[in-house]
Amino acid sequence: MTDAVADRPERPAGQERQGPMVWESVPRRVITVYIPLALFVIVLLFPFYWMTITTLKPNEELYNYSEHNPFWVTSPTLANINRLLFETDYPRWLMITMLVAVVATFLSLFCSVLAAYAIQRLRFRGSQWVGLAIYLAYLVPPSILFIPLATMVFRLGLFDSPLALILTYPTFLIPFCTWLLIGYFKSIPYELEECALIDGASRLQILWRITLPLAVPGLISAGIFAFTLSWNEFIYALAFIQSAENKTVPVAVLTQLVVGDVYHWGSLMAGALLGSVPVAIFYSFFVEYYVSSLTGAVKE
Amino acid sequence: MATATETLALEGRRDNWLSRLFESKAFLIFVCMTPAVGLLVLFLTYPLGLGVWLAFTDARIGRPGEWIGGFNYELLFTDSVFWMSVWWTCFYTAVATVLKFGLGLWLALLLNHHLPLKSLIRAIILVPWIVPTVLSAIAFWWIYDPQFSIISYLLVDVLGWRDTYIDFLGEPWNARFSLIAANVWRGIPFVAICLLAGLQTISPSLYEAAMIDGASPWQRFVRITVPMLMPILAVVLTFSVIFTFTDFQLVYAITRGGPVNSTHLMATLAFQRAIPGGQLGEGAAIAVAMIPFLVAATVCSYFALARRKWQQGGKDD
Repeated sequence: MTDAVADRPERPAGQERQGPMVWESVPRRVITVYIPLALFVIVLLFPFYWMTITTLKPNEELYNYSEHNPFWVTSPTLANINRLLFETDYPRWLMITMLVAVVATFLSLFCSVLAAYAIQRLRFRGSQWVGLAIYLAYLVPPSILFIPLATMVFRLGLFDSPLALILTYPTFLIPFCTWLLIGYFKSIPYELEECALIDGASRLQILWRITLPLAVPGLISAGIFAFTLSWNEFIYALAFIQSAENKTVPVAVLTQLVVGDVYHWGSLMAGALLGSVPVAIFYSFFVEYYVSSLTGAVKE
Repeated sequence: MATATETLALEGRRDNWLSRLFESKAFLIFVCMTPAVGLLVLFLTYPLGLGVWLAFTDARIGRPGEWIGGFNYELLFTDSVFWMSVWWTCFYTAVATVLKFGLGLWLALLLNHHLPLKSLIRAIILVPWIVPTVLSAIAFWWIYDPQFSIISYLLVDVLGWRDTYIDFLGEPWNARFSLIAANVWRGIPFVAICLLAGLQTISPSLYEAAMIDGASPWQRFVRITVPMLMPILAVVLTFSVIFTFTDFQLVYAITRGGPVNSTHLMATLAFQRAIPGGQLGEGAAIAVAMIPFLVAATVCSYFALARRKWQQGGKDD
């Protein structure tokens, strides 16, 4: 593999990073790189494998390790998924979660684009301090805010309504998205806007016609990140929503599927698996954007 | 430059009061900042202040509190459960962060080699990070089951290293290390991918120069990789410390603070006292007690960022 790569002379410089490792022998490389890497991947993925296999197991296999190999399933069943979809409110929880995540994401993107544009391009006095304040806002964790927010939500009459989540999720989404978009706008050449200004475009036209189309990758990154963050959110949804039919998936799986002392592990795992699938699919389509937003936000 | 182009644009404007209003820079800035700042002030700054105020009141659910001074803190000061949670939060953060960064850096170094299917591996590795924490915590709950734990099965029935199944969540120390393991499992991908991004900015020519000078792999790691990685490491470290310190989901999902309150983090204890317990004031007091730790971490982050700009020769913009 290494030889084949080294033999290709027209490889563009800097595209593949081979570094000093080219001099290493193959057996040494297997021990120092491939085996540890394989172990990492196995450990990181095992809980998902375990989730899937538990979902598919019928009860007699699930609770009998001596007669059935626990790592495999001999007679797979969809009974757990069936029970989850047709005997609980699971589809409704999925819809609520989706609704909250999508609306909160668009609301945050709207606010963040305008704020990032103002901070990075309109450049007013003290704009760098506003940028810093927004960065600091990202560091305020929900665990500190949920108690006062719960009292506010109660007084506003939003308790037990998805609207409470839609309005509070932007508190951690806007800082992140704004920070990401500031970095992205910075990479768009200012000259383009100057040309448009000279041609008589208004500021809003410039934002709409020039800056935003160029910033689409940044918008996608921010949007995906915001969507997964809202899908994952737990503490606000746990504190602000009480009735079973308005819960989001993470909260509902934990509070509604555990009934008494007997855990139906099959349907619990099915609930966890189905709740993870939408994010995983979404993620798989936009991996590169996701990675760039994750690393971009840190590097910025 | 900017002012010159602006005057040009102003000359070409239509004589419409609305478009004139939108050409005014001050008005435009106001319009652009209002949604974001409004939401943040209303749902972030105000609750932050409200939380601090609540910490000094006897508010309960359904009853606005009255000022009682530091009474909540006097109560907490003699509360062994609170001190246990403070100690355990610090311990949890310290151990989990060290493990996450050790293993995450190792994984990042592995991924920085030239590998087949590199982007696929990178995508797979991030999966634990994107899946909702509570849902993977439920998987861990099942992995830690006292009777049907797959880890116990491996150790007892397959490998024969132990005679009895491990009671992962029933003993305080077992439960603590089980939680740390779950947290590390979830945190490694984030650390590894961020550090990988940092590693990829290090020029290979530095390593080549060091090799020509006869530097050993360890010397190359300590003298080139670590210093070049320091700025990004500091930022990622701050994020990781803050979010581990205020962690809620994992502990709430796996142990709910049990057995006998031994795994209550400050966040879970605050929730326990405030929402199911109804003592909003006391819960807020516990939550506010986390703030000094977070401020310390943020200050570190600020200096790390400042240092990064200085290293790159950039201005403070």
